Amino acid sequence: MADPMKIRAQAADGKTTVRVLMAHEMETGQRKDPAGKIIPAWYIQQVSAQLNGAIVLTAQWGPSISKNPFLQFTVRGGKAGDRVAISWIDNSGERRSDEATVS
Amino acid sequence: MKRQYPDWQGPRNRPLEAVRRHLTRVFARAGVFAAGVGLLAAGMASPCCAQSKSPADSIAEYRKMLADDNPAELFEAKGEELWKKARGPKNISLEACDLGKGPGQVAGAFVSLPRYFADTGRVQDLESRLLTCMQVLQGFDAEQIAATPFGKAEQVSLASLVAWIAAQSRGLHFDVPQGRTEERRMYELGKQIFFYRAGPYDFACATCHGDDGKRIRLQELPRLTANPGDGVGFAAWPAYRLSTGELWGMQRRINDCFRQQRFPYPGFGSEVTIALGVYMGVNARGAESIAPALKR
Amino acid sequence: MHNRMICSAAFLLTVGLMTSCANQATKGDADIRSNLDGAMRTSFRTEGIARVERLQQDATNAACSKAQGAPLAEEVSRSIEADNLKSVRMPSDGRFLGNWKEGERLAQNGRGMTWTDSSDQPNANGGNCYNCHQLDKAEVSYGTLGPSLYGYGRLHGVTDPTDPGARAVLENTWTKLYNAKALNACSGMPRFGQAGILDESQLKDLMALLLDPSSPVNQ
Repeated sequence: MADPMKIRAQAADGKTTVRVLMAHEMETGQRKDPAGKIIPAWYIQQVSAQLNGAIVLTAQWGPSISKNPFLQFTVRGGKAGDRVAISWIDNSGERRSDEATVS
Repeated sequence: MKRQYPDWQGPRNRPLEAVRRHLTRVFARAGVFAAGVGLLAAGMASPCCAQSKSPADSIAEYRKMLADDNPAELFEAKGEELWKKARGPKNISLEACDLGKGPGQVAGAFVSLPRYFADTGRVQDLESRLLTCMQVLQGFDAEQIAATPFGKAEQVSLASLVAWIAAQSRGLHFDVPQGRTEERRMYELGKQIFFYRAGPYDFACATCHGDDGKRIRLQELPRLTANPGDGVGFAAWPAYRLSTGELWGMQRRINDCFRQQRFPYPGFGSEVTIALGVYMGVNARGAESIAPALKR
Repeated sequence: MHNRMICSAAFLLTVGLMTSCANQATKGDADIRSNLDGAMRTSFRTEGIARVERLQQDATNAACSKAQGAPLAEEVSRSIEADNLKSVRMPSDGRFLGNWKEGERLAQNGRGMTWTDSSDQPNANGGNCYNCHQLDKAEVSYGTLGPSLYGYGRLHGVTDPTDPGARAVLENTWTKLYNAKALNACSGMPRFGQAGILDESQLKDLMALLLDPSSPVNQ
């Protein structure tokens, strides 16, 4: 099971700003190990964010996204106490979902 | 290219890779939907070639943007979990570990290390002290962990623990003790080592860190023979290194310094590394700790 | 410290006590040194090409380390510089300049001699020059540990390296590259030739980077 994400969500002036730090190697598949063998590609491919159960953002990522990716986005509406959920699926099929409360 | 040790391979190789990684983060932070980030990142101007502000300014600005969301936080979260979790052959947590402020007292411990410990009869830094606790409390083999390469197995646990423990002293000021003879002896020893020129390049720590206002390529070098200031030098480690995506504790930082000095390999938690910590830590007295920080 | 104070008082009073004071000072220094040597011995191990023997200091390194950044006494500096000068080997064929393009490549290369390098032969090493110096103005990523070398040949008045008048500059520059301590006892610059970091052909390429009128350094 992958390590948990750090999610922070703050509501202000009718908008909610969400910041997410994800723990993932994001291996491009172009690097070689000391023995010269290619290190297999391993990166997040799909990201989705939900606010109170409704999907507000989806993303398709590729190998150009950095290791331990950081994502920030702003959503119209939302207030303190709402639930934010972030999910990702990587190219090996591994998944991770985490939730946070909007403050 | 072996990514574990980013060397001075020339500006056309290293920063480009780092910039690729940095740009994907910077652009995502701009508040736009993440889809298509890769394409857009490629089109952005490279900060390394912007002449309107100095490279140091650009890098500082970029770091400020990320300061709130330092990936070190991922290690901090892991470290807290490892401190509280029952682990090792004895299946016990580290919560009774004495880091110098008493068993289990973590807040404020980081800024008063290295220090003398009566139970081991020697001056220890954070990492060697954690090894003591992991062995005595949890039954781990400290020697084996010390011999494990950085970034592997229990060395990753150590990095996470170091990140979390340092974070519990964030904002506090360094106050490395010198009240005991042993602590003073280690300071003097650290000073000797700091100026010790050897190896094929005749480098000492002082070669790079003995003067104000110097830099290697574009990396500014703090003067460590005096107090370099808040959040600089000793007060900036442990830190998350963006270029390798890893959290480096002081042991790893000193290790790679010696590698670049063309010295032989310093043992993890060895007397020389702890003495250097005492020398730099005492010199940094009063500086505010920002650890774990963010580095290139 | 207490011992030292007593010694100072005794020194003023009688000659006889001077001997025991000298012994106290020597004993203190010897203690510190054995402390340091012991710590170095137990703290380091050989890894790859970086052998523990590298910790042994020659007279130059020992003197400059002990000074801890303070300048050495005049006569000590001269003596160290003269010693280092003995190790300088002028080019075997009398030709000082190689290829500046190769020189630039060497200057950009920061690899070599660490425990992650597989070979300690000169052909595996770079010159590390840009780490400490500015050279070609087009390169913005340069260090400031050493002085800027931009315009080196031009500023030294070398318009034709084959001119006998340029000989002194060529020899001086070669000496600096080969063994910097021959010109400045506690220089922070490695002794590239003497330590076997770079070979004659590589040093010639760096000479060309600095002194060839067509080198970017002199544009």
